[in-house]
Amino acid sequence: MSLLEEVKPRTREFIKRHFRHLDFADDEDIFALGFVNSLFALQLVMFVEKSFQFTVDDEDLRMENFQSINAVAELVKRKTA
Amino acid sequence: MGSKVVGVVGAGVMGEGLAQSLAQAGHRVILIDLSQEILDRALTNIRNSLRLSRMLNPQEGAESPSEVLKRITRSTEYGPLSDAQFVIENVTEKWETKHSVWCKIDACVRDDSVLAANTSAISITRIASTTARPSRVLGMHFMNPVPLKPMVEVIRAYHTTEETIATAKALLATMNKECIVVQDMPGFVSNRVLMLTVNEAIFLLQDGVASAEQVDAIFRSCFGHKMGPLETADLIGLDTILYSIEVLYESYNDSKYRPCPLLKKMVDAGLYGRKNARGFYNYTVES
Repeated sequence: MSLLEEVKPRTREFIKRHFRHLDFADDEDIFALGFVNSLFALQLVMFVEKSFQFTVDDEDLRMENFQSINAVAELVKRKTA
Repeated sequence: MGSKVVGVVGAGVMGEGLAQSLAQAGHRVILIDLSQEILDRALTNIRNSLRLSRMLNPQEGAESPSEVLKRITRSTEYGPLSDAQFVIENVTEKWETKHSVWCKIDACVRDDSVLAANTSAISITRIASTTARPSRVLGMHFMNPVPLKPMVEVIRAYHTTEETIATAKALLATMNKECIVVQDMPGFVSNRVLMLTVNEAIFLLQDGVASAEQVDAIFRSCFGHKMGPLETADLIGLDTILYSIEVLYESYNDSKYRPCPLLKKMVDAGLYGRKNARGFYNYTVES
């Protein structure tokens, strides 16, 4: 599996590990579901940096880049292209 | 007031928050602690906090985390404090530690610098007595997390002048903070009451009267407090709670400040609260 193909399942697994009972689609805003505290956003940033080996620039530190599985996949695609 | 050079001595939870707030206000910060390792960890925590703050408050034109971080320099030596117009000390709440740190600070800073102790309970007059400039020493008791708390308890020690208080107020204003000025007695207002409350809450737990969740829920739902005493203790750090209550016990020689044996046991077992993920609650994050 290529790195890009891994992004969605690995990100989903990471979120599920913290919020076991949360069901969400790839395009769903996980923060809008009401269970995920916005403080989790930074853990997601650090997970993405560590797992997909790039640094999230200051200008990419936006909730919309981390609010859904699809958004994370888009960001990784753009930054590792 | 323009931007200043501010020394922050002690890079624990309070020192980190303070360094971040000062740098965000445009001041140049000299952050001092015992080892490079502690300083590196502090900078990582500050960077994470700045990054999260940017994500949660995306304002156009706000400074980037990397720009803010550039204003913080780290040092394991006290020499760079000779540049500082203001120094705020945040080391462990133990007299021996405070005493040795304050002697070093006093030896390095300029005559016109203002020195503040960000301490939990130790008398500011006693701290000031270790320096050659007691009129320029005051207490500034910041709340945790520093970047989010707009109010500071400022303590006027026996020799503190109006000018010293005014300089501290002006610095706080640049950080968008206000203060309430009180007189100096160990624990001041905040911790003379809070530490007793936390200690008694731990006795309740030890005596099996209620669970930690129940104790906190009563304070939150019955009194409308944002946090109960045990979750507050986890946020402050159980080691700091123990050291503070010991200071109160020694200072007043009053048995009402005797530390709860369960608190001592938890600190001996290495349960410090949020800072190491285990206290009255478990904060372990699976990665």
